[in-house]
Amino acid sequence: MLRVVGALAWRALSNAGRRPQFLAPLVVFPTLLLSVNVGGLSRTTELPGFPEVHGFLDFQLAAAIVQSLLLGGISTGIASALDIEGGFFDRLVAAPIPRVAIVLGRLAAGAVIAAGQCLWFLALGLVFGAHIEGGVAGVAIVLLIGVTAGVGFGAIGQAIALRARSAATVQGIFPLVFVVLFMSSAFFPRALLASPIDVIARFNPLSYIADGMRAPIISGVEAGPALEGLGAALGIVLVAGALSVLALRGRLRDA
Amino acid sequence: MESAIEVAGLVREYRGGLLAVRGIDLAVAPGEVYGFLGPNGAGKTTTVRMLVTLLRPSGGWARVAGYDVAKEPAQVRRRIGVALQEAALDQLMTGRELMELQATLHGIAARDVRERAADLIDRVDLRAAADRRVGTYSGGMRRRLDLAMALVHAPQVLFLDEPTTGLDPVSRLTLWGEIQRLKDEGTTVFLTTQYLEEADQLADRVGIISAGRLVAEGTPEALKAEIDRPHLDLTFDGDSPDLGVAGSVLERFGDLRPPAAGAQLSVAVAGGSSAIAPVVRALDESGIGVASVELVSPTLDDVFVAKTGQRLEGEDQDGSA
Repeated sequence: MLRVVGALAWRALSNAGRRPQFLAPLVVFPTLLLSVNVGGLSRTTELPGFPEVHGFLDFQLAAAIVQSLLLGGISTGIASALDIEGGFFDRLVAAPIPRVAIVLGRLAAGAVIAAGQCLWFLALGLVFGAHIEGGVAGVAIVLLIGVTAGVGFGAIGQAIALRARSAATVQGIFPLVFVVLFMSSAFFPRALLASPIDVIARFNPLSYIADGMRAPIISGVEAGPALEGLGAALGIVLVAGALSVLALRGRLRDA
Repeated sequence: MESAIEVAGLVREYRGGLLAVRGIDLAVAPGEVYGFLGPNGAGKTTTVRMLVTLLRPSGGWARVAGYDVAKEPAQVRRRIGVALQEAALDQLMTGRELMELQATLHGIAARDVRERAADLIDRVDLRAAADRRVGTYSGGMRRRLDLAMALVHAPQVLFLDEPTTGLDPVSRLTLWGEIQRLKDEGTTVFLTTQYLEEADQLADRVGIISAGRLVAEGTPEALKAEIDRPHLDLTFDGDSPDLGVAGSVLERFGDLRPPAAGAQLSVAVAGGSSAIAPVVRALDESGIGVASVELVSPTLDDVFVAKTGQRLEGEDQDGSA
Protein backbone atom coordinates (compact mmCIF):
# COMPACT_ATOMS: atom_id res chain seq x y z
CA MET A 1 0.00 0.00 0.00
CA LEU A 2 2.73 2.49 1.02
CA ARG A 3 4.72 1.68 -2.11
CA VAL A 4 1.70 2.32 -4.33
CA VAL A 5 0.85 5.56 -2.51
CA GLY A 6 4.46 6.64 -2.92
CA ALA A 7 4.47 5.82 -6.63
CA LEU A 8 1.22 7.69 -7.22
CA ALA A 9 2.44 10.65 -5.15
CA TRP A 10 5.66 10.73 -7.16
CA ARG A 11 3.66 10.73 -10.39
CA ALA A 12 1.48 13.60 -9.13
CA LEU A 13 4.56 15.60 -8.10
CA SER A 14 6.34 14.95 -11.41
CA ASN A 15 3.27 16.03 -13.33
CA ALA A 16 2.89 19.15 -11.19
CA GLY A 17 6.44 20.07 -12.13
CA ARG A 18 5.65 19.45 -15.79
CA ARG A 19 2.57 21.66 -15.66
CA PRO A 20 4.01 24.95 -14.47
CA GLN A 21 0.81 26.68 -15.58
CA PHE A 22 -0.93 24.83 -12.73
CA LEU A 23 1.83 25.19 -10.15
CA ALA A 24 2.83 28.83 -10.66
CA PRO A 25 -0.56 30.38 -9.76
CA LEU A 26 -0.38 28.70 -6.36
CA VAL A 27 2.34 31.13 -5.35
CA VAL A 28 2.09 33.91 -7.93
CA PHE A 29 -1.46 35.10 -7.11
CA PRO A 30 -1.06 35.05 -3.32
CA THR A 31 2.34 36.74 -3.68
CA LEU A 32 0.80 39.51 -5.78
CA LEU A 33 -2.08 39.97 -3.34
CA LEU A 34 0.40 39.97 -0.47
CA SER A 35 2.47 42.70 -2.09
CA VAL A 36 -0.63 44.78 -2.89
CA ASN A 37 -1.98 44.41 0.64
CA VAL A 38 1.33 45.15 2.34
CA GLY A 39 2.07 48.04 0.01
CA GLY A 40 -1.31 49.71 0.28
CA LEU A 41 -2.68 48.76 3.68
CA SER A 42 0.39 48.90 5.88
CA ARG A 43 -1.11 51.59 8.12
CA THR A 44 -3.81 49.15 9.14
CA THR A 45 -1.51 48.13 11.98
CA GLU A 46 -2.16 51.55 13.56
CA LEU A 47 -5.86 50.75 14.00
CA PRO A 48 -6.98 50.41 17.62
CA GLY A 49 -7.27 46.74 18.50
CA PHE A 50 -4.76 45.58 15.91
CA PRO A 51 -2.30 43.11 17.46
CA GLU A 52 1.24 44.16 18.21
CA VAL A 53 3.31 43.32 15.10
CA HIS A 54 6.64 44.32 13.57
CA GLY A 55 4.88 45.12 10.34
CA PHE A 56 1.83 44.35 8.24
CA LEU A 57 3.87 41.84 6.21
CA ASP A 58 4.33 39.71 9.33
CA PHE A 59 0.57 39.73 9.85
CA GLN A 60 -0.29 39.00 6.20
CA LEU A 61 2.09 36.07 5.68
CA ALA A 62 -0.37 33.59 7.18
CA ALA A 63 -3.16 34.93 4.94
CA ALA A 64 -1.01 34.44 1.86
CA ILE A 65 -0.13 30.91 2.93
CA VAL A 66 -3.77 29.95 3.52
CA GLN A 67 -4.78 31.47 0.18
CA SER A 68 -1.99 29.57 -1.55
CA LEU A 69 -2.98 26.31 0.14
CA LEU A 70 -6.60 26.75 -0.92
CA LEU A 71 -5.47 27.24 -4.51
CA GLY A 72 -3.37 24.09 -4.08
CA GLY A 73 -6.55 22.24 -3.12
CA ILE A 74 -8.23 23.39 -6.32
CA SER A 75 -5.15 22.36 -8.29
CA THR A 76 -5.28 18.89 -6.72
CA GLY A 77 -8.95 18.63 -7.66
CA ILE A 78 -8.28 19.71 -11.24
CA ALA A 79 -5.49 17.14 -11.61
CA SER A 80 -7.83 14.41 -10.33
CA ALA A 81 -10.61 15.52 -12.66
CA LEU A 82 -8.21 15.49 -15.62
CA ASP A 83 -7.31 11.88 -14.74
CA ILE A 84 -11.02 11.01 -14.81
CA GLU A 85 -11.68 12.87 -18.05
CA GLY A 86 -8.63 11.35 -19.74
CA GLY A 87 -9.38 7.78 -18.61
CA PHE A 88 -6.22 7.37 -16.52
CA PHE A 89 -8.41 7.07 -13.43
CA ASP A 90 -9.95 3.92 -14.96
CA ARG A 91 -6.47 2.48 -15.44
CA LEU A 92 -5.80 2.99 -11.73
CA VAL A 93 -9.17 1.51 -10.75
CA ALA A 94 -8.52 -1.54 -12.93
CA ALA A 95 -5.17 -2.15 -11.22
CA PRO A 96 -4.93 -4.51 -8.24
CA ILE A 97 -4.38 -1.77 -5.68
CA PRO A 98 -6.43 -0.59 -2.71
CA ARG A 99 -8.59 2.07 -4.28
CA VAL A 100 -8.09 4.43 -1.39
CA ALA A 101 -4.44 4.57 -2.50
CA ILE A 102 -5.61 6.59 -5.52
CA VAL A 103 -6.87 9.29 -3.14
CA LEU A 104 -3.95 9.00 -0.72
CA GLY A 105 -1.30 9.23 -3.44
CA ARG A 106 -2.68 12.51 -4.65
CA LEU A 107 -2.98 13.85 -1.07
CA ALA A 108 0.59 12.83 -0.25
CA ALA A 109 1.77 14.86 -3.22
CA GLY A 110 -0.42 17.71 -1.98
CA ALA A 111 1.35 17.55 1.39
CA VAL A 112 4.77 17.95 -0.24
CA ILE A 113 3.56 20.85 -2.37
CA ALA A 114 1.94 22.46 0.70
CA ALA A 115 5.26 22.30 2.55
CA GLY A 116 6.88 24.02 -0.43
CA GLN A 117 4.19 26.71 -0.43
CA CYS A 118 4.68 27.41 3.29
CA LEU A 119 8.44 27.62 2.90
CA TRP A 120 8.11 29.91 -0.12
CA PHE A 121 6.09 32.49 1.81
CA LEU A 122 8.20 32.25 4.94
CA ALA A 123 11.36 32.76 2.88
CA LEU A 124 9.72 35.62 0.98
CA GLY A 125 8.72 37.23 4.24
CA LEU A 126 12.21 36.93 5.68
CA VAL A 127 13.74 38.41 2.51
CA PHE A 128 11.42 41.43 2.75
CA GLY A 129 11.97 42.06 6.43
CA ALA A 130 9.40 39.94 8.26
CA HIS A 131 10.23 38.50 11.68
CA ILE A 132 9.37 34.99 12.77
CA GLU A 133 9.11 35.41 16.49
CA GLY A 134 8.77 31.68 17.14
CA GLY A 135 12.09 30.93 15.44
CA VAL A 136 12.69 27.40 14.16
CA ALA A 137 9.93 26.00 16.38
CA GLY A 138 7.59 28.61 14.94
CA VAL A 139 8.50 27.58 11.40
CA ALA A 140 7.83 23.96 12.34
CA ILE A 141 4.38 24.89 13.65
CA VAL A 142 3.57 26.84 10.48
CA LEU A 143 4.69 23.84 8.42
CA LEU A 144 2.69 21.38 10.52
CA ILE A 145 -0.54 23.36 10.33
CA GLY A 146 0.08 24.35 6.69
CA VAL A 147 0.79 20.82 5.47
CA THR A 148 -2.22 19.45 7.37
CA ALA A 149 -4.48 22.16 5.96
CA GLY A 150 -3.02 21.62 2.49
CA VAL A 151 -3.93 17.94 2.69
CA GLY A 152 -7.44 18.87 3.84
CA PHE A 153 -7.93 21.37 1.01
CA GLY A 154 -6.62 18.78 -1.43
CA ALA A 155 -9.18 16.30 -0.11
CA ILE A 156 -11.93 18.88 -0.72
CA GLY A 157 -10.66 19.33 -4.28
CA GLN A 158 -10.61 15.57 -4.81
CA ALA A 159 -14.10 15.09 -3.41
CA ILE A 160 -15.43 17.73 -5.81
CA ALA A 161 -13.50 16.21 -8.72
CA LEU A 162 -14.81 12.72 -8.00
CA ARG A 163 -18.37 13.98 -7.78
CA ALA A 164 -18.23 16.41 -10.70
CA ARG A 165 -15.83 14.41 -12.94
CA SER A 166 -15.01 17.63 -14.73
CA ALA A 167 -11.94 19.86 -14.43
CA ALA A 168 -14.01 22.87 -15.51
CA THR A 169 -16.38 22.38 -12.57
CA VAL A 170 -13.51 22.15 -10.11
CA GLN A 171 -12.01 25.28 -11.65
CA GLY A 172 -15.41 26.93 -11.15
CA ILE A 173 -15.08 26.91 -7.35
CA PHE A 174 -12.14 29.33 -7.60
CA PRO A 175 -14.23 32.44 -6.75
CA LEU A 176 -15.85 30.61 -3.84
CA VAL A 177 -12.42 30.07 -2.31
CA PHE A 178 -11.92 33.82 -2.10
CA VAL A 179 -15.37 34.40 -0.61
CA VAL A 180 -14.74 31.82 2.12
CA LEU A 181 -11.26 33.19 2.76
CA PHE A 182 -12.45 36.80 3.07
CA MET A 183 -15.10 35.67 5.55
CA SER A 184 -12.35 34.56 7.93
CA SER A 185 -9.80 36.35 10.05
CA ALA A 186 -7.04 35.51 7.55
CA PHE A 187 -6.59 39.10 6.31
CA PHE A 188 -7.74 41.11 9.33
CA PRO A 189 -7.97 40.45 13.05
CA ARG A 190 -11.34 39.09 14.09
CA ALA A 191 -11.74 41.98 16.52
CA LEU A 192 -11.72 44.44 13.63
CA LEU A 193 -14.25 42.62 11.47
CA ALA A 194 -17.76 44.07 11.24
CA SER A 195 -20.92 42.08 11.84
CA PRO A 196 -21.95 39.59 10.47
CA ILE A 197 -18.53 38.71 9.06
CA ASP A 198 -17.05 38.56 12.57
CA VAL A 199 -19.64 35.93 13.51
CA ILE A 200 -19.04 33.93 10.34
CA ALA A 201 -15.28 34.19 10.87
CA ARG A 202 -15.71 32.72 14.36
CA PHE A 203 -17.15 29.56 12.82
CA ASN A 204 -14.89 29.53 9.78
CA PRO A 205 -12.09 26.97 10.23
CA LEU A 206 -9.87 29.06 7.97
CA SER A 207 -9.75 31.67 10.77
CA TYR A 208 -8.23 29.17 13.16
CA ILE A 209 -5.81 27.83 10.54
CA ALA A 210 -4.64 31.35 9.66
CA ASP A 211 -4.41 32.44 13.31
CA GLY A 212 -2.63 29.23 14.22
CA MET A 213 0.06 29.92 11.61
CA ARG A 214 0.14 33.64 12.36
CA ALA A 215 0.81 33.35 16.09
CA PRO A 216 4.28 31.79 15.78
CA ILE A 217 5.17 34.49 13.25
CA ILE A 218 3.99 37.58 15.08
CA SER A 219 4.15 36.62 18.77
CA GLY A 220 6.06 33.37 19.24
CA VAL A 221 5.16 29.80 20.06
CA GLU A 222 1.86 29.53 21.96
CA ALA A 223 0.04 26.28 22.53
CA GLY A 224 -3.49 27.72 22.23
CA PRO A 225 -3.51 29.10 18.68
CA ALA A 226 -1.27 26.30 17.43
CA LEU A 227 -3.58 23.59 18.75
CA GLU A 228 -6.68 25.41 17.49
CA GLY A 229 -5.10 25.80 14.06
CA LEU A 230 -3.97 22.19 13.95
CA GLY A 231 -7.35 21.02 15.20
CA ALA A 232 -9.19 22.98 12.53
CA ALA A 233 -6.85 21.65 9.84
CA LEU A 234 -7.23 18.07 11.10
CA GLY A 235 -10.99 18.52 11.16
CA ILE A 236 -10.93 19.50 7.50
CA VAL A 237 -8.66 16.53 6.71
CA LEU A 238 -11.04 14.12 8.42
CA VAL A 239 -14.27 15.53 7.00
CA ALA A 240 -12.94 16.18 3.50
CA GLY A 241 -11.02 12.90 3.50
CA ALA A 242 -14.20 11.00 4.38
CA LEU A 243 -16.11 12.93 1.70
CA SER A 244 -13.37 12.12 -0.76
CA VAL A 245 -13.49 8.40 -0.01
CA LEU A 246 -17.30 8.44 -0.17
CA ALA A 247 -17.13 10.26 -3.49
CA LEU A 248 -14.67 7.65 -4.75
CA ARG A 249 -17.03 4.85 -3.73
CA GLY A 250 -19.93 6.66 -5.33
CA ARG A 251 -17.92 7.19 -8.49
CA LEU A 252 -17.07 3.49 -8.68
CA ARG A 253 -20.65 2.43 -7.92
CA ASP A 254 -22.28 4.79 -10.42
CA ALA A 255 -19.73 4.47 -13.20
CA MET B 1 -10.99 -27.42 -18.07
CA GLU B 2 -12.36 -24.29 -16.41
CA SER B 3 -13.17 -21.41 -18.74
CA ALA B 4 -10.95 -18.34 -18.65
CA ILE B 5 -14.07 -16.23 -18.99
CA GLU B 6 -17.56 -17.43 -18.20
CA VAL B 7 -20.59 -15.17 -18.47
CA ALA B 8 -24.25 -15.98 -17.81
CA GLY B 9 -27.23 -13.69 -18.19
CA LEU B 10 -25.06 -10.60 -17.90
CA VAL B 11 -27.11 -7.40 -17.81
CA ARG B 12 -26.16 -3.78 -17.39
CA GLU B 13 -28.79 -1.14 -16.94
CA TYR B 14 -27.69 2.48 -16.66
CA ARG B 15 -29.52 5.18 -14.75
CA GLY B 16 -32.67 6.16 -16.55
CA GLY B 17 -33.39 2.59 -17.52
CA LEU B 18 -31.03 2.35 -20.49
CA LEU B 19 -30.24 -1.33 -21.06
CA ALA B 20 -26.80 -1.46 -22.62
CA VAL B 21 -26.32 -5.21 -22.17
CA ARG B 22 -29.41 -7.41 -22.18
CA GLY B 23 -28.43 -10.84 -20.98
CA ILE B 24 -25.22 -12.18 -22.48
CA ASP B 25 -24.00 -15.76 -22.11
CA LEU B 26 -20.56 -16.77 -23.31
CA ALA B 27 -17.51 -18.81 -22.39
CA VAL B 28 -13.91 -18.36 -23.47
CA ALA B 29 -11.46 -21.23 -23.10
CA PRO B 30 -7.92 -20.72 -21.77
CA GLY B 31 -5.57 -19.72 -24.58
CA GLU B 32 -8.41 -18.74 -26.87
CA VAL B 33 -8.68 -15.43 -28.72
CA TYR B 34 -12.32 -14.41 -28.55
CA GLY B 35 -13.41 -11.68 -30.94
CA PHE B 36 -16.33 -9.63 -29.65
CA LEU B 37 -17.74 -8.01 -32.72
CA GLY B 38 -20.33 -5.30 -33.00
CA PRO B 39 -20.99 -1.75 -34.15
CA ASN B 40 -20.50 1.31 -31.97
CA GLY B 41 -23.07 1.36 -29.20
CA ALA B 42 -23.83 -2.37 -29.39
CA GLY B 43 -22.68 -2.98 -25.80
CA LYS B 44 -19.11 -4.20 -26.37
CA THR B 45 -17.38 -1.69 -24.13
CA THR B 46 -20.01 -1.97 -21.40
CA THR B 47 -19.51 -5.74 -21.40
CA VAL B 48 -15.73 -5.37 -21.18
CA ARG B 49 -16.01 -2.80 -18.39
CA MET B 50 -18.08 -5.29 -16.39
CA LEU B 51 -15.60 -8.09 -17.04
CA VAL B 52 -12.64 -5.98 -15.91
CA THR B 53 -14.52 -4.88 -12.73
CA LEU B 54 -14.92 -1.23 -13.75
CA LEU B 55 -18.72 -1.60 -13.83
CA ARG B 56 -20.96 -3.69 -11.61
CA PRO B 57 -23.35 -5.93 -13.51
CA SER B 58 -27.03 -5.14 -12.96
CA GLY B 59 -27.91 -8.79 -13.43
CA GLY B 60 -26.38 -12.18 -14.20
CA TRP B 61 -22.84 -13.10 -13.30
CA ALA B 62 -19.39 -13.32 -14.82
CA ARG B 63 -16.26 -15.18 -13.79
CA VAL B 64 -12.84 -14.20 -15.09
CA ALA B 65 -9.77 -16.36 -14.42
CA GLY B 66 -11.97 -18.36 -12.05
CA TYR B 67 -13.19 -15.41 -9.93
CA ASP B 68 -16.54 -13.66 -9.79
CA VAL B 69 -16.20 -10.09 -11.09
CA ALA B 70 -18.76 -8.74 -8.63
CA LYS B 71 -17.82 -10.72 -5.52
CA GLU B 72 -14.05 -11.09 -5.97
CA PRO B 73 -13.00 -8.07 -8.02
CA ALA B 74 -9.57 -7.78 -6.40
CA GLN B 75 -8.72 -11.36 -7.40
CA VAL B 76 -9.88 -10.67 -10.94
CA ARG B 77 -7.79 -7.50 -11.22
CA ARG B 78 -4.65 -9.39 -10.23
CA ARG B 79 -5.10 -11.81 -13.11
CA ILE B 80 -6.15 -9.61 -15.98
CA GLY B 81 -4.49 -7.14 -18.29
CA VAL B 82 -6.60 -4.33 -19.68
CA ALA B 83 -6.08 -2.02 -22.63
CA LEU B 84 -9.15 0.16 -22.76
CA GLN B 85 -10.53 2.03 -25.73
CA GLU B 86 -8.53 5.11 -26.76
CA ALA B 87 -5.40 4.24 -24.75
CA ALA B 88 -5.88 6.14 -21.49
CA LEU B 89 -2.28 7.20 -20.98
CA ASP B 90 -0.84 10.08 -19.00
CA GLN B 91 0.52 12.34 -21.71
CA LEU B 92 2.89 14.16 -19.35
CA MET B 93 4.79 11.00 -18.43
CA THR B 94 7.36 9.22 -20.54
CA GLY B 95 6.70 5.74 -21.86
CA ARG B 96 9.27 4.30 -19.48
CA GLU B 97 7.82 6.11 -16.47
CA LEU B 98 4.36 4.81 -17.30
CA MET B 99 5.63 1.26 -17.71
CA GLU B 100 7.45 1.43 -14.39
CA LEU B 101 4.40 2.90 -12.65
CA GLN B 102 2.22 0.15 -14.08
CA ALA B 103 4.72 -2.47 -12.90
CA THR B 104 4.62 -0.98 -9.39
CA LEU B 105 0.81 -0.90 -9.38
CA HIS B 106 0.81 -4.58 -10.29
CA GLY B 107 3.12 -5.52 -7.46
CA ILE B 108 6.28 -6.30 -9.45
CA ALA B 109 9.19 -6.35 -6.99
CA ALA B 110 11.02 -3.02 -6.90
CA ARG B 111 14.31 -4.64 -8.01
CA ASP B 112 12.61 -6.09 -11.11
CA VAL B 113 10.57 -3.06 -12.17
CA ARG B 114 13.16 -1.46 -14.46
CA GLU B 115 14.09 -4.68 -16.20
CA ARG B 116 10.47 -5.70 -16.74
CA ALA B 117 9.60 -2.27 -18.11
CA ALA B 118 12.60 -2.29 -20.43
CA ASP B 119 11.77 -5.79 -21.71
CA LEU B 120 8.23 -4.83 -22.60
CA ILE B 121 9.28 -1.54 -24.16
CA ASP B 122 11.64 -3.53 -26.37
CA ARG B 123 8.91 -6.03 -27.17
CA VAL B 124 6.65 -3.36 -28.62
CA ASP B 125 9.56 -1.65 -30.34
CA LEU B 126 9.41 1.61 -28.39
CA ARG B 127 12.95 1.71 -27.05
CA ALA B 128 13.91 4.80 -29.05
CA ALA B 129 10.88 6.69 -27.78
CA ALA B 130 10.82 5.31 -24.23
CA ASP B 131 12.14 8.48 -22.61
CA ARG B 132 9.90 10.83 -24.56
CA ARG B 133 6.63 12.09 -23.13
CA VAL B 134 3.65 10.07 -24.30
CA GLY B 135 2.03 13.27 -25.55
CA THR B 136 4.52 13.21 -28.43
CA TYR B 137 3.64 9.62 -29.46
CA SER B 138 1.61 8.71 -32.55
CA GLY B 139 -1.66 6.81 -32.14
CA GLY B 140 0.02 3.52 -33.04
CA MET B 141 2.83 4.06 -30.53
CA ARG B 142 0.30 4.81 -27.78
CA ARG B 143 -1.59 1.64 -28.57
CA ARG B 144 1.59 -0.41 -28.46
CA LEU B 145 2.57 1.15 -25.15
CA ASP B 146 -0.94 0.49 -23.82
CA LEU B 147 -0.64 -3.14 -24.87
CA ALA B 148 2.77 -3.46 -23.23
CA MET B 149 1.40 -1.95 -20.01
CA ALA B 150 -1.42 -4.48 -20.02
CA LEU B 151 1.16 -7.26 -20.19
CA VAL B 152 3.40 -6.03 -17.39
CA HIS B 153 2.31 -8.71 -14.89
CA ALA B 154 1.94 -11.53 -17.46
CA PRO B 155 -1.86 -11.66 -17.07
CA GLN B 156 -3.87 -14.85 -17.49
CA VAL B 157 -6.53 -13.01 -19.45
CA LEU B 158 -6.00 -9.96 -21.61
CA PHE B 159 -8.82 -7.58 -22.52
CA LEU B 160 -8.27 -5.41 -25.57
CA ASP B 161 -11.09 -2.95 -26.20
CA GLU B 162 -10.99 -1.89 -29.85
CA PRO B 163 -7.20 -1.82 -29.91
CA THR B 164 -6.88 -0.68 -33.51
CA THR B 165 -9.75 1.77 -33.85
CA GLY B 166 -8.55 4.94 -35.50
CA LEU B 167 -5.14 3.56 -36.43
CA ASP B 168 -3.59 3.77 -39.87
CA PRO B 169 -3.22 0.47 -41.77
CA VAL B 170 0.48 0.06 -40.98
CA SER B 171 -0.02 0.60 -37.24
CA ARG B 172 -2.98 -1.76 -37.34
CA LEU B 173 -0.89 -4.50 -38.94
CA THR B 174 1.87 -3.98 -36.36
CA LEU B 175 -0.60 -4.37 -33.54
CA TRP B 176 -2.13 -7.44 -35.19
CA GLY B 177 1.34 -8.95 -35.21
CA GLU B 178 1.63 -8.39 -31.46
CA ILE B 179 -1.79 -9.90 -30.79
CA GLN B 180 -0.92 -12.86 -33.02
CA ARG B 181 2.26 -13.32 -30.97
CA LEU B 182 0.23 -13.32 -27.74
CA LYS B 183 -2.07 -15.87 -29.29
CA ASP B 184 0.89 -18.07 -30.21
CA GLU B 185 2.15 -17.77 -26.63
CA GLY B 186 -1.17 -19.09 -25.35
CA THR B 187 -2.55 -15.93 -23.74
CA THR B 188 -6.33 -15.79 -23.46
CA VAL B 189 -7.44 -12.63 -25.26
CA PHE B 190 -10.88 -11.01 -25.22
CA LEU B 191 -10.77 -8.65 -28.17
CA THR B 192 -13.56 -6.24 -28.97
CA THR B 193 -13.57 -4.83 -32.44
CA GLN B 194 -15.79 -3.31 -35.05
CA TYR B 195 -13.49 -4.48 -37.82
CA LEU B 196 -14.53 -7.73 -39.47
CA GLU B 197 -11.13 -8.40 -40.94
CA GLU B 198 -9.56 -8.06 -37.51
CA ALA B 199 -11.88 -10.64 -35.99
CA ASP B 200 -11.42 -12.90 -39.00
CA GLN B 201 -7.62 -12.70 -38.82
CA LEU B 202 -7.11 -12.96 -35.08
CA ALA B 203 -10.03 -14.64 -33.37
CA ASP B 204 -10.41 -18.36 -32.77
CA ARG B 205 -14.09 -17.71 -32.12
CA VAL B 206 -16.29 -14.72 -32.67
CA GLY B 207 -19.32 -13.46 -30.77
CA ILE B 208 -21.51 -10.96 -32.56
CA ILE B 209 -23.27 -8.46 -30.32
CA SER B 210 -26.10 -6.28 -31.50
CA ALA B 211 -28.23 -3.97 -29.35
CA GLY B 212 -26.88 -5.55 -26.17
CA ARG B 213 -27.55 -9.16 -27.19
CA LEU B 214 -25.25 -11.89 -28.45
CA VAL B 215 -26.84 -12.79 -31.78
CA ALA B 216 -24.28 -15.30 -33.07
CA GLU B 217 -21.22 -17.14 -31.85
CA GLY B 218 -18.76 -19.60 -33.35
CA THR B 219 -15.55 -19.87 -35.33
CA PRO B 220 -15.40 -17.42 -38.24
CA GLU B 221 -15.53 -20.39 -40.64
CA ALA B 222 -18.55 -21.96 -38.94
CA LEU B 223 -20.42 -18.67 -38.86
CA LYS B 224 -19.77 -18.11 -42.54
CA ALA B 225 -20.74 -21.67 -43.36
CA GLU B 226 -24.02 -21.12 -41.52
CA ILE B 227 -25.14 -18.58 -44.06
CA ASP B 228 -23.49 -19.78 -47.27
CA ARG B 229 -20.79 -22.04 -48.70
CA PRO B 230 -17.82 -20.89 -50.76
CA HIS B 231 -18.56 -21.18 -54.50
CA LEU B 232 -16.87 -20.68 -57.84
CA ASP B 233 -18.32 -18.28 -60.41
CA LEU B 234 -17.13 -19.26 -63.89
CA THR B 235 -17.18 -17.87 -67.43
CA PHE B 236 -16.02 -19.90 -70.45
CA ASP B 237 -14.08 -19.38 -73.67
CA GLY B 238 -15.93 -19.02 -76.94
CA ASP B 239 -19.19 -17.39 -77.99
CA SER B 240 -21.42 -20.35 -77.21
CA PRO B 241 -19.77 -22.80 -74.83
CA ASP B 242 -21.63 -26.02 -74.11
CA LEU B 243 -23.03 -25.14 -70.69
CA GLY B 244 -24.69 -28.55 -70.43
CA VAL B 245 -21.34 -30.34 -70.58
CA ALA B 246 -19.74 -27.77 -68.30
CA GLY B 247 -22.58 -28.17 -65.81
CA SER B 248 -22.28 -31.93 -65.73
CA VAL B 249 -18.53 -31.61 -65.06
CA LEU B 250 -19.09 -29.11 -62.29
CA GLU B 251 -21.73 -31.27 -60.62
CA ARG B 252 -18.92 -33.73 -59.81
CA PHE B 253 -17.49 -31.07 -57.46
CA GLY B 254 -20.63 -29.72 -55.82
CA ASP B 255 -24.13 -28.40 -56.27
CA LEU B 256 -24.78 -25.99 -59.11
CA ARG B 257 -26.25 -22.72 -57.97
CA PRO B 258 -27.68 -19.69 -59.76
CA PRO B 259 -24.73 -17.80 -61.25
CA ALA B 260 -23.98 -14.24 -60.15
CA ALA B 261 -24.25 -11.41 -62.66
CA GLY B 262 -21.47 -11.77 -65.25
CA ALA B 263 -20.89 -15.46 -64.56
CA GLN B 264 -22.22 -18.31 -66.74
CA LEU B 265 -22.20 -21.07 -64.15
CA SER B 266 -21.68 -21.27 -60.42
CA VAL B 267 -20.84 -24.27 -58.26
CA ALA B 268 -20.61 -24.61 -54.49
CA VAL B 269 -17.28 -26.09 -53.44
CA ALA B 270 -16.23 -27.48 -50.11
CA GLY B 271 -12.50 -27.01 -50.48
CA GLY B 272 -12.33 -23.27 -51.11
CA SER B 273 -9.32 -22.20 -53.17
CA SER B 274 -7.97 -25.76 -53.32
CA ALA B 275 -10.94 -26.69 -55.54
CA ILE B 276 -10.05 -24.25 -58.30
CA ALA B 277 -7.29 -26.24 -60.01
CA PRO B 278 -9.18 -29.60 -60.17
CA VAL B 279 -12.31 -27.85 -61.51
CA VAL B 280 -10.40 -26.01 -64.24
CA ARG B 281 -8.47 -29.18 -65.13
CA ALA B 282 -11.65 -31.27 -65.38
CA LEU B 283 -13.36 -28.68 -67.57
CA ASP B 284 -10.28 -28.47 -69.80
CA GLU B 285 -10.21 -32.26 -70.18
CA SER B 286 -13.85 -32.06 -71.31
CA GLY B 287 -12.97 -29.47 -73.94
CA ILE B 288 -14.40 -26.49 -72.06
CA GLY B 289 -11.96 -23.61 -71.82
CA VAL B 290 -12.29 -21.47 -68.70
CA ALA B 291 -12.11 -17.73 -69.35
CA SER B 292 -12.38 -16.68 -65.71
CA VAL B 293 -12.97 -18.26 -62.36
CA GLU B 294 -13.66 -16.45 -59.10
CA LEU B 295 -13.83 -17.99 -55.64
CA VAL B 296 -16.59 -16.28 -53.68
CA SER B 297 -16.63 -16.84 -49.93
CA PRO B 298 -19.10 -15.40 -47.44
CA THR B 299 -17.59 -12.81 -45.09
CA LEU B 300 -18.27 -12.01 -41.47
CA ASP B 301 -20.05 -8.95 -42.79
CA ASP B 302 -22.44 -11.29 -44.61
CA VAL B 303 -22.87 -13.13 -41.33
CA PHE B 304 -23.56 -9.89 -39.52
CA VAL B 305 -26.11 -8.85 -42.12
CA ALA B 306 -27.77 -12.25 -41.94
CA LYS B 307 -27.96 -12.18 -38.15
CA THR B 308 -28.86 -8.55 -37.54
CA GLY B 309 -30.22 -7.20 -40.79
CA GLN B 310 -27.62 -4.44 -40.94
CA ARG B 311 -24.03 -3.97 -42.06
CA LEU B 312 -21.35 -3.78 -39.40
CA GLU B 313 -18.53 -1.46 -40.37
CA GLY B 314 -19.36 2.21 -40.03
CA GLU B 315 -22.65 1.43 -38.31
CA ASP B 316 -23.65 2.95 -34.99
CA GLN B 317 -26.38 1.69 -32.74
CA ASP B 318 -28.19 4.30 -30.70
CA GLY B 319 -29.27 3.90 -27.16
CA SER B 320 -26.59 1.72 -25.76
CA ALA B 321 -22.94 1.88 -24.94
